[in-house]
Amino acid sequence: MPALELSAVTKTFTMHLQGGLRLPVLNDVTFAVAPGQCVALTGPSGAGKSSILKLIYGNYRCDEGRILVRAGDSVVDVASAEPRQILSVRQTSLGYVTQFLRAVPRVSALDIVAEPLVGKGVAREEATVRAGDMLRRFNVPERLWSLPPATFSGGEQQRINLARGLLPEHPILLLDEPTASLDAHNRAVVVELVHERKAQGTAIVAIMHDDDVREAVADINVDVTQFAIAA
Amino acid sequence: MSLAETEQPLLIAEGLTKYYGRQLGCRDASFELYEGEVMAVVGESGSGKSTLLQLLSGQNEPSAGRVLYRMRDGSLADLWSLSEPMRRLLYRTDWGFVHQDPQLGLRMGVSAGGNVGERLMAVGWRNYGDIRDVATDWLGRVEIPQERIDDTPRTYSGGMRQRLQIARNLVTSPRLIFMDEPTGGLDVSVQARLLDLLRRIVSEMRLAAIVVTHDLAVARLLSNRIMVMKGGAVIEAGLTDQVLDDPHEPYTQLLVSSILPA
Repeated sequence: MPALELSAVTKTFTMHLQGGLRLPVLNDVTFAVAPGQCVALTGPSGAGKSSILKLIYGNYRCDEGRILVRAGDSVVDVASAEPRQILSVRQTSLGYVTQFLRAVPRVSALDIVAEPLVGKGVAREEATVRAGDMLRRFNVPERLWSLPPATFSGGEQQRINLARGLLPEHPILLLDEPTASLDAHNRAVVVELVHERKAQGTAIVAIMHDDDVREAVADINVDVTQFAIAA
Repeated sequence: MSLAETEQPLLIAEGLTKYYGRQLGCRDASFELYEGEVMAVVGESGSGKSTLLQLLSGQNEPSAGRVLYRMRDGSLADLWSLSEPMRRLLYRTDWGFVHQDPQLGLRMGVSAGGNVGERLMAVGWRNYGDIRDVATDWLGRVEIPQERIDDTPRTYSGGMRQRLQIARNLVTSPRLIFMDEPTGGLDVSVQARLLDLLRRIVSEMRLAAIVVTHDLAVARLLSNRIMVMKGGAVIEAGLTDQVLDDPHEPYTQLLVSSILPA
């Protein structure tokens, strides 16, 4: 039984401010991800790779089709679920590392990383200790932990985002360009962590422009251009 | 999902409609709110969002529709079938209301400690020492220096007044809090501090909240659900990030695209 299954997913944007311009992005997206498997989405910029991740996370609304996510003993169709069902799935089962960190004013890097664990019910003290371990793994200097990351470099922000996304060990993980602004050393940390998560049975959908990283972690490549709508 | 499925809604709005004479204030608003959920209501001036808040919080009687609230004993009560004293008790204990203008939510001539303590006395607290201890604790939680406990809010800055109003509302451990433009009229840096504080307290106390705001950044930071209102009607609703990142209605797209990037 797959951890995640998309069937016949369709997405079109209607831009009302541009006279109702319709932008068909995805048509008939169908693939499944098994526990412990990593699927890489490939294709040129604008093909809809990030849109697929956003649809799975419930950040974009799906026009047609089903997005079945296994959450504990039940299966939730994100395409038709109520807001609070999606929130619950995100809290327990679905991790998403976005390309850019959305920094919240006044919240420290350490708290940003610990927050999803606290949301999962882990005591704050323990969550903070584990967040520190994860930041150390990503070589984020300890003097930065207590600072809000708004002023951090791109690479530092991305590592904080990764630490936050990987720490809760959700059974399904979505990664959008996780290594884009990282040096070789930290890229290797990401590869190592992805291998660890796969060994634990995490199902992963990733977008990785770095060929070496993709070859190191992906089991299957899904070419997104096949879901383009014929002009 | 077990938790989400077994839980029962805390507040149910059914077809809430309000006419002021022949003028429509709010039309056919329906939704359910659960414990721990924060819902933002956004829209421009005159969209009906403040009317909706007044209907939900029992300050204004709807022309049609009803508000059902789950009492602490688990029973579901129709707000306007409750007696006036019962409604007032609810208002003093189980609910909080944070006004945009702190002068409406505070007693300006009474000390900060008195403002917080008054809500406790209304629910039966009598021991002065206990009341003062809890008030002191709450002032600390909203980052008001302890030595200002005997000063009146007249001597406070706008941001401090707003934080005091929050302490006064939360001291009785309400389950539901209504907020009307809680950061309106504050400087940006003061807003950030207040928002961070609200976000933390709401999640720690697992409060349900309905926040009326015209500021989409405030909605994104505080809420997990959102309703967009226009001309008295709810035109779009859903997860906050979903509605703001993938807006469907022309008016919502206009709102989202009108934000200036920082």
